[in-house]
Amino acid sequence: MTSQFQPNARGYYGEFGGAFIPEMLYPNVEELRDQYLQILADPAFQAEYQQLLRDYVGRPTPLFEAKRLSARYNTRIYLKREDLCHTGAHKVNNTVGQILLAQRLGKTRIIAETGAGQHGVATATVCALMGMECIVYMGKTDTERQKPNVERMRLLGAKVVAVTSGSQTLKDATNEAIRDWISNPVDTHYIIGSVVGPHPYPDLVARLQSVISEEMRKQLLEKVGRELPDYVVACVGGGSNAAGAFYHFLDEPSVQLVAVEAAGHGIHSGHSAATSVLGTPGIIHGSRTLLMQDEHGQITEPYSISAGLDYPGIGPLHAYLGASGRARFISIEDEDALTAVAECSRLEGIIPALETAHALAALGQLGAGPDDVVVINLSGRGDKDLETYMKYADKLK
Amino acid sequence: MQNRIQQAFAKKGQNLLNVYFTAGYPKLHDTVPLIEALTEAGADLIEIGMPFSDPLADGPVIQQSSSVALANGMNLYVLFEQLREVRAKVPDTPLLLMGYLNPIMQFGMEKFCQAAAEAGVDGLILPDLPLAEYEEEYQAIFKKYGLQPVFLITPQTAPERIRHMDTLTDAFLYLVSGPGTTGGANTQAEGVQEAYFERIAGMNLRNPRLIGFGIGNKDSFQKAAGHAHGAIIGSAFIRALEDAPDAPAAARQFVASILN
Repeated sequence: MTSQFQPNARGYYGEFGGAFIPEMLYPNVEELRDQYLQILADPAFQAEYQQLLRDYVGRPTPLFEAKRLSARYNTRIYLKREDLCHTGAHKVNNTVGQILLAQRLGKTRIIAETGAGQHGVATATVCALMGMECIVYMGKTDTERQKPNVERMRLLGAKVVAVTSGSQTLKDATNEAIRDWISNPVDTHYIIGSVVGPHPYPDLVARLQSVISEEMRKQLLEKVGRELPDYVVACVGGGSNAAGAFYHFLDEPSVQLVAVEAAGHGIHSGHSAATSVLGTPGIIHGSRTLLMQDEHGQITEPYSISAGLDYPGIGPLHAYLGASGRARFISIEDEDALTAVAECSRLEGIIPALETAHALAALGQLGAGPDDVVVINLSGRGDKDLETYMKYADKLK
Repeated sequence: MQNRIQQAFAKKGQNLLNVYFTAGYPKLHDTVPLIEALTEAGADLIEIGMPFSDPLADGPVIQQSSSVALANGMNLYVLFEQLREVRAKVPDTPLLLMGYLNPIMQFGMEKFCQAAAEAGVDGLILPDLPLAEYEEEYQAIFKKYGLQPVFLITPQTAPERIRHMDTLTDAFLYLVSGPGTTGGANTQAEGVQEAYFERIAGMNLRNPRLIGFGIGNKDSFQKAAGHAHGAIIGSAFIRALEDAPDAPAAARQFVASILN
């Protein structure tokens, strides 16, 4: 596929992307860059990957027509049920693919970073499945607000390292994972959980998540008689579920792509993670992208009620989608996300993850009409957020 | 004409000591007094760290010093203001700025290089600047302002890549002693490490070599210097500054403990 939305040989989407890494990481990243396309295209890899997606992850995930939500918003809403994936979120699509890749690269040790814990759990799961050593870096703040996921990772045999540097959230967990990789350059593969990091990670993760939109097209043809919806909506922290949901629609200009960010207490409140509005071009974790930073180029600490969305950057593909006008960005505040949690739970019997709730909360702002087909990527389920939901019980009435 | 870095190597040849510290640490206005004290005490080159919120290649000691420096109010504008008078005080010692790309990008690369050159800076160590981006976007600017890039080499860096780096600079090559971030203990067996140092020494490169990462005392300095033209000390010096009531005095004492 030749598309302006594919990265060039050096990993750039327009001005965004690249591989800004210290020399200590160069051989690892080069090895991955030289081999990932070939490995992904290998029929033996694909056979094993597809079989695991089917029998282990539980794919294809359903595309569910949400009739009561549709009535509420006077449009046709379909939910892509990534929450029904094994481990409860789309994250496992990527970790299954990367563990197979790591095996083919001869790696024996796996490291990962995690915010909400969904990627950590998905990584710990596939490491257990393959009998590989697993170390997960997680900000100390996040280990506290996502305790059930910490316990799940430990039960799965992973070592969870609580990161106490910086803001003690996802950004710092990523820094520590990168430092681990620098210290263990030969035997270790770093499974990055989102479409961030140095090239080829953004492209690798997008490809492994693209199964989401591939299935959407087939399922839409079956259910509504056309492969193309009018809107695809997904939440964006780093942006992996959005990348997967958008992927096979990138070159279909009739499909409106909507990326939903966390505005926290309000975009300009000083407690926000709305990178597309507040960010400026800069370098974080090895790629040039939009990034929240001060005038001196120091990376600032984002805020969101959801641990999976409070990342100060976005993937370079998303930065490009925003800059080129291909995707529309909407920002949702904490309170509106909580309202969406209650609404989806009561109207459809589905308790969404806090991250996903941001995408649901954008429904009122889309401008979709009664004949429009809207697909929301229901990226994860809300079990892990139960403690937060209990804390805000009065807002969920 | 030789640059200041080449002059330093020509003058001494062996056992050169390059000391790193973070600008604005431990106190905002310690930068220039520390440069003077290190020079007086016999440091051959000085590496001034530009603090960054997310220093990927650095360990906890340097990250902590960066946090303190940022909290003290250090930024590139303050740093260049401080460095304005430094050459009058320290005419010969090579000065290098070390840091990450993002703050420089926000400042503006050309403006940064111009300010560095005006302050008398000789070289730049930017670990997350890729070679290809350097050659395509920044090499001409570095040349225009007479700044030498310093490239890092690790045990995994391919020989042809090392040779290519060697053609791109007239300063020195920075041999990362083994896997890990700054300040870490060297986990590799000494024999393996020595084989790597000797392999690089045997390449007959144009530029001299300094070994860094995990060098912290007289013993490790001498060992490292035995395999190259000298060594770089960072984290151990930062630790020595940590609770020092008089930072320049602590710097003089530290350099003496390495060289004497």
